[in-house]
Amino acid sequence: MVTILFDGIAYGMLLFVLACGLSVTLGLMNFVNLAHGVFALVGGYVASWLMNRHGVSFFLCLPAAFLAAAAVGAVSERLLFRRLYASSHLDQVLFTIGIVFMSIAAVEYVMGPQQQRIVLPPELRGRVEILGGSIGVYRLFIVALCGVVALALQYLLIGTRFGSRLRAAVDDARTARGLGIEVNTVFAITFAVGSGLAGLGGALGADVLGMDPHFPIKFLVYFLIVVGVGGTTGIAGAFVASLLLGIADIAGKYYVPEVGAFIIYAVMVAVLIVRPQGLFARAR
Amino acid sequence: MTAPASAPLSARSALSRGAVPPLLEWAAWAAAVACVFVLPSKLLLLNEIAILALFALSLDLILGYAGIVSLGHGAFFGVGAYAAGLLAKHGFGDPVTGLFAAAGAAALVGFVTSFLVLRGSDLTKLMVTLGVAMMLFEAANRLDWITGGADGLQGVVMKPVLGLWDFDLFGRTAYLYSLGTLFILFMLARRIVHSPFGLSLRAVKGNALRAGALGIVPGRRLVAIYTLSAAYAGVAGGLTAQTTQFVSLDVLDFTRSADVLLVLVIGGAGNLYGGLVGAGIFRLMQTWLSGITPQYWQFWIGLLLVVIVLVGHERLTRGLPRLAAAALRRLRGKADAPGSTRP
Repeated sequence: MVTILFDGIAYGMLLFVLACGLSVTLGLMNFVNLAHGVFALVGGYVASWLMNRHGVSFFLCLPAAFLAAAAVGAVSERLLFRRLYASSHLDQVLFTIGIVFMSIAAVEYVMGPQQQRIVLPPELRGRVEILGGSIGVYRLFIVALCGVVALALQYLLIGTRFGSRLRAAVDDARTARGLGIEVNTVFAITFAVGSGLAGLGGALGADVLGMDPHFPIKFLVYFLIVVGVGGTTGIAGAFVASLLLGIADIAGKYYVPEVGAFIIYAVMVAVLIVRPQGLFARAR
Repeated sequence: MTAPASAPLSARSALSRGAVPPLLEWAAWAAAVACVFVLPSKLLLLNEIAILALFALSLDLILGYAGIVSLGHGAFFGVGAYAAGLLAKHGFGDPVTGLFAAAGAAALVGFVTSFLVLRGSDLTKLMVTLGVAMMLFEAANRLDWITGGADGLQGVVMKPVLGLWDFDLFGRTAYLYSLGTLFILFMLARRIVHSPFGLSLRAVKGNALRAGALGIVPGRRLVAIYTLSAAYAGVAGGLTAQTTQFVSLDVLDFTRSADVLLVLVIGGAGNLYGGLVGAGIFRLMQTWLSGITPQYWQFWIGLLLVVIVLVGHERLTRGLPRLAAAALRRLRGKADAPGSTRP
C-alpha cells in the first residue's frame, strides 16, 4: 500500500517536471504546443548518449539533459514557435504535430528505433523500508529532486521579480510591454526553462517510463491531461493534477490491471464533467 | 465566414448558391469513374484515396463548418471499421447493411462523447477528443476476444454489393463501391451545409454568443453536426474494413487522426472539396515518399505540415482560386473597388 502510494507519487512528480513547462506555455500563454514531449526526448537521449558512449556520471547527465533541452527550446522558440503565438489553435496544432513527426523520424534515423537504456549508478539502486513498505531508492531520489524543482518553480513564479513580470506578460502582453517589460525575452526564458525541465524529466524518467523515439506521442495525452485537469492558474494546479494522475494510474494498474489504462481517462472525464475548466480555474 | 461585400442576396438565393454542383465537378466525378478503365492496376490505391476523402469530408463537417479542432477523429473511423468488420465476421456479410451499422455505431459513440467534447475551451476539446480516441484504442487492444487485439480482426467475409457485384482481387468493385458511397454522402453533405442548419452552424462558428441571440441554440447544433460527422467517419471506417476484409488496431491509431487533419489542411477546410483534393495529394505523396524512404516518410509529412503553417494554409488553398478570379475580372475589364481587395 505504502509502496504503491509512493510509486504513484514518484510517477506523478515525474509527470509534473515533464509537463510543468507545458502548463506555463499552454495553460498560461495559451499556446497549444503538442511538441512538448520532443524536449523530453532530447533530454533523455542526451543523457543516455553521454552515459553509454562517454561514460559520464548519471548525476552530471541530469544537468546536461536540462541544458541541452533548454538550448533546443530556446533556439526553436526564437526561430519557430514565436511566430505562432498569435496564430489560431488549428495552426498551432498542425505545426507542432509536424514538429513531432519530424523529430520522431529524425531520432529514429540517427539513433535507431530501440529503447534507450540508462544504467542507474549503484547508490540509486536497491530499496529501503519506510513505514512498512519497501521503496526504491531511485523513486525516493525522484521525489526529492522533483520536490525541490517544484518548490523552486513556485518561488520563481510567486516570489521573484521575474515571476511577476511573467504573470504580467501572460495576463496582458500589451500592457506589460507598455510598462517596459521585455515580453519577448520573458517568454523566451520561460520557454527555455520549461523545455529544459522537460529534458530533465526525460532523463530522469528514461528508467521508469522508457525512452524511445515515440515518447512524445505516447505521453502527449498525459501532458495534456496534466494541463487540462490542472487548469490554467499556474503550476500549483499542474502539481496537484500530476500527483492525482500518477497515483491513480499506478494504483489502477496494480489493483485492477484489466482496466488499468482506463483509470486515468476516467479521472480526466470525471474532473472535466464536474469542472470543465480544470481543477483550479482562473476566476474570470 | 465573411460575407461578400457585393449586392445583398435574398436568403433563398444565398442558400441555393453552391447547393447545386457546378459543371466542373461533374467532370471530376466522371474522371474518377473513368479511372476504372484508364488505371486498372491502381484501383486499390484509388480505393484508399476515396475512403480517405470520405474520412476527410467527415472532419471537414466539424472543423470547417463548426470550428471544432479534433485530435481524435480516428476514433469514429475505428468504431465504424470494427462494427462493419465484426458484423461481416459473424455472418452478416451484406456490405450496405454493414455500412449502416458502421454509421450507426460511430454516430452513437459520437453522440455520447459530444457532450464531453463540446464542454470547455479549445484545449479541453483537443484533450477530450484525443483521450476518447486513446481510450477506444486501449479498449480494442484489451478486448482481444472480440477484436482480435494486436493480431487484427481476421475472417471478414463479404457478400456481393447489393447482391450483384462480388469483391474482386483487383479492387474494381471495391473502388466503385467506395466511390459510389463517397458520391452519395458528398451530395448529402452539400445539401446539409447549404441548408439553414448549415448556415446556423457557420453563425455559431463565427460567434456563438451572437448566434444565441439570434435564437440558435449552439449546443444542440454542435451535437447534431458532431454526431453526423462521426457517422461519416464510421462509414469511411466501414468501407476500409469491407474492402480490405481486415481490421487492425491501427484504424484507431493517433497518426490516423493526425493524417486526416493534414489531408484536410492540404485541401483546405470549409468547402467540402478540400478533403477530396487533399486525399488525392496526400496519398500520392505518401506513396511516392515511402517509395523513396520506406521508414522515414513521416519526416517529410511533418516538414510539409510545418511549411504549410509557416506559409499559411489559407494563402495556399485560397490563393489559387483568388488569382484565377482576379484574372477573370481583369479580362472582363471590371476591376473591383480598391477597398475590397483583402491582403
